[in-house]
Amino acid sequence: MNAVVNANGLSKRYKNTLALDNVSFQIPSGRIVGLIGPNGAGKTTALKAILGLTDFQGHLNVLGMDPRTERDRLMEEVCFIADVAVLPRWIRVHEAIDFVANVHPRFNRAKCEAFLARTKLTSGQRVRQMSKGMIVQLHLALVMAIDAKLLVLDEPTLGLDILYRKQFYQNLLEDYFDENKTIIVTTHQVEEIEHILTDLMFIRDGKIVLNTDMEAMGERFAEVLVNADMAATARQLKPLDERQVFGKSIFLFDGVDQTQLQALGEIRRPSVSDLFVATMKGTYA
Amino acid sequence: MKTLYWLVKREFWEHRGGFIWTPVITGSIFLLMTVLTIITGEVLGHHSQMFHMNGVNGNWDIGRNANAESMKQFGVALDMMMCVSAAIVLGIAAIVIFFYCLGSLYDDRRDKSIMFWQSLPIANWKTVVSKVLSAVFIAPAIAAVLGVAAGIVMILTTASVAAFHGLNLWTTLASAHPVALVLNIVGLIPLYALCALPTIGWLMLCSAWARSKPFLWAFIIPLAGWFAVWWLHLLGTPGLSAQWFFSHVAARMLFAVAPGNWLGFVDSTGIPDEDVFGHLSLLHNYTALGSGELWLGVLAGAAMLAGAIWLRRWRDEA
Repeated sequence: MNAVVNANGLSKRYKNTLALDNVSFQIPSGRIVGLIGPNGAGKTTALKAILGLTDFQGHLNVLGMDPRTERDRLMEEVCFIADVAVLPRWIRVHEAIDFVANVHPRFNRAKCEAFLARTKLTSGQRVRQMSKGMIVQLHLALVMAIDAKLLVLDEPTLGLDILYRKQFYQNLLEDYFDENKTIIVTTHQVEEIEHILTDLMFIRDGKIVLNTDMEAMGERFAEVLVNADMAATARQLKPLDERQVFGKSIFLFDGVDQTQLQALGEIRRPSVSDLFVATMKGTYA
Repeated sequence: MKTLYWLVKREFWEHRGGFIWTPVITGSIFLLMTVLTIITGEVLGHHSQMFHMNGVNGNWDIGRNANAESMKQFGVALDMMMCVSAAIVLGIAAIVIFFYCLGSLYDDRRDKSIMFWQSLPIANWKTVVSKVLSAVFIAPAIAAVLGVAAGIVMILTTASVAAFHGLNLWTTLASAHPVALVLNIVGLIPLYALCALPTIGWLMLCSAWARSKPFLWAFIIPLAGWFAVWWLHLLGTPGLSAQWFFSHVAARMLFAVAPGNWLGFVDSTGIPDEDVFGHLSLLHNYTALGSGELWLGVLAGAAMLAGAIWLRRWRDEA
């Protein structure tokens, strides 16, 4: 099987906390995986392990390499944007392009420049003169021009306005993603990436609590709008979550037969954010 | 090799201010002070009629009237002026290098731009080596050239002023040796690099290790060591000398980026002060390589740099 990432019994302990607790998962090629979890759940640690930026226990294989020992070679095939605004503030646009073009064997300069031509960035502009959104545009232009197999995005749109956020994901989908590439993305703005994900991974307290592709998720989970008179029946089916809207109840069910649910009321596919909130209930309590 | 070249170029881009503009400004201030001194001399000289005494007022061509011996002396004086200029600029460059090393592996961790550099396929040892090369070769070489250049401008200024007073110094300028001077100073840079390694290594180790305030750590640890040795000596531990520790360990960790850092390893007695090229002679200065202490320092520096590379790879911020 051509798994891009293959983790087996992955653990990482910081002084007092277990950031990753015996985690196992596989990410096949050509997927867009959303790694979603509350603050401090271990998302960034998992990404750092994949990128060879931290030590860990267990077995982890990225594109057939061990990120701890083969990091320099691995980074030719892996790109990442960690948080916004990590480009050095002194660098100019043309310096950044020159530098990446000369140290990265898989960088396509023409592609990068074509992408930048669609933005307001000018070649002599320094990063410190740019807004947060423009910095991300530059970073994305650099990254998209690299023909990598795996792209890791850690909160890439944090603090950007909605225009930049929409544009960011649109560019990724239209100009970058294809079946040979894999993208792992973490974000708190779940609603915005929901429609582009192919796979979903929920992480909580260092454990993967849900790992599914979006199709299977639609089959497994269902949201039902139930009238007040049927609410008691619905509760007997052990819903994950219940909330009230305009005198009706919305129940979220996990793995309950669809025909059974149809009797209760109108069924719809739950949004990732609703599912997330239901799954993570009590995290901060 | 190509990656290393671009890494050094990156350092140059980032530190253009320190590597080029600081020497330029230092040289300019030096020149300005010379000009001010000349003006002061002119004004005071005018009041006291210094330049018109004895009725001498006309076309003096020192070059024509001078014999070979005095020409040589003029040449030495001019070389000396350039040397002083270069020394001042290199001295300031040493301060730049000191702070450059201290920030080299710390600043990008603080502003998180390390996340960008780490997303590129660059081995950590190359990053660290590129910074070392910038500190010990690029910065001193630029400073040396600019320092001598400032010296040349100064000589020309002096000659022009002298010309106003009817003194023709132009022919004497030919007896100066700016090119040889630059070549000698640049030729000494590899020796400088070797002797600077203990300080470079120490500062970069602190830079890679410190979570905050690398400057404080870089100073406190050697000074605390010095104090500990002094204290143990006070308690009567035999074989300890605080003075020895300071000059051979603490000072080498902190101040070995100063120009002429190899002079402690060569014996310059017997060379007259005015023999500029005797002091700058490559053959003479490179005898420092015979010193065991120099190599011990190189070894210590290399070990600390290895530590810095390891920390750069595995320092976990979380």
